[in-house]
Amino acid sequence: MALTPISSKLYGLFTACGLVWTALVAFIIHGFGFIWYIALTDGMVSTVLLGAACWLINNNLRYYQPGKGSYINLLIWCLALAGICTAGCRWIIPYLSISTAYMKFLSQSLSIRFFTDFLAIGWMAMISMLWYSQLDHKQTEKRKSEAEKLARDAELYNLRQQLQPHFLFNSLNSINALIGFKPDEARKMIHQLSDFLRGTLKKDDQLLVPLNDELQHLNLYLDIEKVRFGHRLETEISCDKNCGEGLLPSMLLQPIVENAIKFGLYDTTEKVVVSIRGEIEGSNLVIMVQNPYDPQTSRPKGTGFGLRGVQRRLYLLFARNDLMETHANDNIFTTIIKIPQV
Amino acid sequence: MKRALVIDDEPLARMVVLEYLQAYNDQIEVMQECNDGFEGLKAIHQYQPDLIFLDVQMPKINGFEMLELVEQQPAVIFTTAFDEYAIKAFEAHAVDYLLKPFSKDRFNKAIEKYLAQSPTVAQQAKQTENLLEAVAQSPAQHERIVVKTGTKVKIIPVQDVQYLQADDDYVSVFTQEGSYLKNKTMNFFEQTLDPRYFVRVHRSYMVAIQQITRIDPYEKDSHLAILKSGAKIPVSKTGYVKLKQVLGI
Repeated sequence: MALTPISSKLYGLFTACGLVWTALVAFIIHGFGFIWYIALTDGMVSTVLLGAACWLINNNLRYYQPGKGSYINLLIWCLALAGICTAGCRWIIPYLSISTAYMKFLSQSLSIRFFTDFLAIGWMAMISMLWYSQLDHKQTEKRKSEAEKLARDAELYNLRQQLQPHFLFNSLNSINALIGFKPDEARKMIHQLSDFLRGTLKKDDQLLVPLNDELQHLNLYLDIEKVRFGHRLETEISCDKNCGEGLLPSMLLQPIVENAIKFGLYDTTEKVVVSIRGEIEGSNLVIMVQNPYDPQTSRPKGTGFGLRGVQRRLYLLFARNDLMETHANDNIFTTIIKIPQV
Repeated sequence: MKRALVIDDEPLARMVVLEYLQAYNDQIEVMQECNDGFEGLKAIHQYQPDLIFLDVQMPKINGFEMLELVEQQPAVIFTTAFDEYAIKAFEAHAVDYLLKPFSKDRFNKAIEKYLAQSPTVAQQAKQTENLLEAVAQSPAQHERIVVKTGTKVKIIPVQDVQYLQADDDYVSVFTQEGSYLKNKTMNFFEQTLDPRYFVRVHRSYMVAIQQITRIDPYEKDSHLAILKSGAKIPVSKTGYVKLKQVLGI
């Protein structure tokens, strides 16, 4: 793991504590009347052992946070480490300084050594636990807020897509016209518009839905456009019983049909036919949408007429880039999508 | 009696205007309803109306593009459902506009305002010109140039344009198929065409840089740009500096 500035600061602090601890131990032992050499050796050995124990417990807690019931394990760990430190002192120091008076002092001070080691290690354990649990908490919070932000952005984007202000206001304007002389038709159009809007709002785009449901929803949209453009629009929808039951991600077809309307109907002056054809081919549901367009005023770019969103969704859902194709010839634009049936 | 036209591609939308206008049938007479900009142009030519109700979003050529081709500008009341950019332009130039769906009261206000003002033809032309210039800044308008050839309307995608040449009050737009006159100034095109693709290389010339095959030195301080089509375009001293900047040489 690379050292972050914070962790290198902490290591510095840790070393400084060790040095202070060494000095303190040496000073106390010197106070008992031993020469500085013996006092310093003792201080260094016991501090190195204690330091190692602290490092061990800290590292342990970094990767493993004990649950509520297992604090007893932590206590046992601390006791064992304190025992090891004390025993280490007892067996290592005699190799470094031989003095009978000091040996006697060493065995007499074992219990107090054990006790201070235990306190130091326990303190270290507590600090580490608090530190790492707080760090963990912070990271979880950050992840959570990021995920929330993403979800919010997506939702906003969807809303904006669904509302299509241009379509909505123009439809309201048509209703405004119909109210005057064909109130029944106005009422019918209000119902179509509400059903369509309700349909778009409640749809969960993670869901797979049967093609029939999707077509029913699109028909509401197409019927509204037919009212607006006074039968300049004609639609041909063909889909047999089999393929009507084929599943596709909800709201996948809508942007394609909207596109067909945008270039086929909004940008032409003649009568137009927009056709939607569904077929089952092997294990795929294949849907073909066709619309006329005017190559003089609008030319397909790249995938053609901004259908990249659809392709992106197909890729995210099926991890394949070959599920959508577009063709433009003879003033007819064709979009074909394939949806693998599981 | 004022003569009026209603230009909108949605029949029901035209019907609202006609219905609201009945209250003024002693002052305003609707000569014709038009389905799109082409019909609009023809009707304007035929009737020379005083006032038009014009939808912005229409097939093939939009309301603004249609106005660009009109010689005698009538007073215009725009009708639109939703177009942030256009609304900004209307407000900046105090042109009256109706947001669909609009109420009868709002409609009456627009009519009263028009009847009270009765601007002169010259005022009208100036106002429309300013508006079109503002609208031309919109990114949606950068894609094509709409011109009139005789009675026909020609839509030229900007990628088909080779170069532009100033021609008195007009600009000639050169494409592979020939050149077309547009009653706009060079400055107008300099403002509206994408500066990454079109460079004003001379007081009277603007060139699509993708068309340039080489640049030869010409007289003192000036150059000639040779295009794929073989056309030779004079490049002034400052034009040469600009060209080098865009080409990154």
